[in-house]
Amino acid sequence: MKQVFDRPRTLLDARFHYCPGCHHGTIHRIIAETLDRMELRENTIGIAPVGCAVMLYDYMDIDILEAPHGRAPALATGIKRSLPDRVVFTYQGDGDLASIGMGEIVHAANRGENITVVFVNNTTYGMTGGQMAPTTLLGQKTTTSPFGRDFRTEGYPIRMAELLAGLEGVAYSTRVTVSSPAHIRKAKEAIRKGFEMQLKGMGFSIIEVLSTCPTNWGMKPLDAQKRVLGEMAEYFPLGVFKERKQADFA
Amino acid sequence: MATGRIEIDFERCKACELCVPVCPKNCIEMGKEINRQGYTAAVFARPDDCTGCALCAETCPDVCIRVWR
Repeated sequence: MKQVFDRPRTLLDARFHYCPGCHHGTIHRIIAETLDRMELRENTIGIAPVGCAVMLYDYMDIDILEAPHGRAPALATGIKRSLPDRVVFTYQGDGDLASIGMGEIVHAANRGENITVVFVNNTTYGMTGGQMAPTTLLGQKTTTSPFGRDFRTEGYPIRMAELLAGLEGVAYSTRVTVSSPAHIRKAKEAIRKGFEMQLKGMGFSIIEVLSTCPTNWGMKPLDAQKRVLGEMAEYFPLGVFKERKQADFA
Repeated sequence: MATGRIEIDFERCKACELCVPVCPKNCIEMGKEINRQGYTAAVFARPDDCTGCALCAETCPDVCIRVWR
């Protein structure tokens, strides 16, 4: 018998500090696997967010910088412009990207910066204790919306992939999840396509990944996965919202 | 006869149970022994049925599972 599955080379041996069943680990792994497969490990710079994934540099064997809250796209812009031959990606959560970093992400996307954004949407602020995020579903109870989110006071959950797909500078916008092996494979494909878009110089690519936060949702990991495929996928439909076939300069 | 084999890293497992229902042959069970992190890690309970499909490894968020086929 020969070994058919092992830790990807890009993933360091460190143990993840994430809670049991947290999808960050899966998403780290599929990014690492994609970098291995595309042979980009030596040539990639990642930007870590503020949030649970802040320690991304402990887990991946690539250069990683840590950006202040929500500012990852601004940092990525600077790196990509000064080192255009590198592959630059940001890894951001929903509190980081859709709330505090809303200005940065929208303008980086609108400028068509040639970067890849992996956006992990778990409908809550995971690291700080489960507060309401811009993506929190209506009726969802969090520590700052104890009676459930109400659109009359807190507005509606933001669909980032669709919102950014409306901008001219965006080359690729998709929403995937990692809640089953089939979905994991599709997510891996989406991340590969995001990096490919960047290598071709097509412009900004965003991969939104619906993820769980079993601890802050107060659910078992298996129930949390069911919630992603049920309630969450209903409001945040999976699919490709924009895919550019030809670069603007071509 | 098993056409595959897996190894679960006992110390790395956090007992999230995500690998248990994805196994088409029900080869994985939750164990009773507690690891150094304080979790009752999953165990490879029925090695004879394993086909080495790697769905468990694909699912494991902590990348604890290695697969041979």
